Amino acid sequence: MNEDLNPIWTLLWTFGLMSLFAVGGANAAIPEMHRIAVEVRHWMTDKEFADVFAISQLSPGPNVLIVTLIGYSVAGIAGALAATLAMCGPTALLAYNVSRLLTRARHSRWPAIIQAALVPLSIGLMAASGLILARTSDQSWIAVLTTVITAIVAFATRLNPFWLLLAGGVLGFAGVI
Amino acid sequence: MSSDSPPAAPAPDLPASHPRIQPGLGELFVAFAKMSLAGFGGVLVWARRGIVEQHRWMTADEFNETFALCHFLPGPNIVNLSFVFGSRFRGLAGGIAAFAGLVGPPMLIAIVLAALYKHYGEIEALRRTLAGVSCAAVGLLLSVMLKMTMPLVKRRDLAGLAMLVAVFVAIGLLRLPLAEVLLVAVPASLAVTLLIRQRVRA
Repeated sequence: MNEDLNPIWTLLWTFGLMSLFAVGGANAAIPEMHRIAVEVRHWMTDKEFADVFAISQLSPGPNVLIVTLIGYSVAGIAGALAATLAMCGPTALLAYNVSRLLTRARHSRWPAIIQAALVPLSIGLMAASGLILARTSDQSWIAVLTTVITAIVAFATRLNPFWLLLAGGVLGFAGVI
Repeated sequence: MSSDSPPAAPAPDLPASHPRIQPGLGELFVAFAKMSLAGFGGVLVWARRGIVEQHRWMTADEFNETFALCHFLPGPNIVNLSFVFGSRFRGLAGGIAAFAGLVGPPMLIAIVLAALYKHYGEIEALRRTLAGVSCAAVGLLLSVMLKMTMPLVKRRDLAGLAMLVAVFVAIGLLRLPLAEVLLVAVPASLAVTLLIRQRVRA
């Protein structure tokens, strides 16, 4: 296929298009990224996808970094830049234009209504992300337990998530998981 | 946490009309780079702290309004926020400076980590370590999801919870394409939300 000849273009339009449907941010788009990267385009295996997610969480910064890393594994640095710009550019420009329009109509009730309607959808998408990633990450009952305990601690405390990731890494290194 | 919590309540200690400080392009870049590099698992908390409390570039209300806007638009929320925020002070160049600060430095770190993974990914100890990190990372994602769900549960928002489950089944279990699911789910959810609000008002 023509698009296989130039992976940069494939990355650009894949993520450019995906960003417009990324309701609820990058974490909510993980099922779609997984579907395209693993099932449709065979850019990476299930396991590599889970690793890429782990690396993106290990780096500080916005969740969108997972897109950077998918781009990197497909086409190196150029792929990383292309995927990131495609995922961020169109919606940033959209937000810029909408915010200029809305400064006049600041007290319109529409933003609140749209947001109320979209929040349940983004949570459902994140739950799907969790399921898809857990299927590959949580292969043993200790792994499942690690995920559950991390979720509970992160939910109930204000502990910096970095320490939880580190704890998971230490358990893995020690061969417990 | 680009999307983990609804906009927080305005901080009471900030006067509504404090003198606005106008950041320059370099300042925007550095400020967003700092927030971003401090944020593991998400940047929203740090963005709020930096913009509202530390630099006082926005009041808490203005920040909430801007975040709400970026939350209901598609795309990475915090990226949208950086662009909208920067452009509000310095036009398009300001948007690009804030965006570059937010994404650039962490991107370098992530790429270095990915390059290391490419070279050493087959080493058994590293595989095990990364597997452990993965388990914890999934847990973090679930905690963010739980935090976002709590307000729906507290409000007994049954329609919202039903929508949530429907999207989870369609995407997570049936593995349907995102675009097609959203083309049905977004209008449906909007209609239900409008209907309920009108009934509450009547």
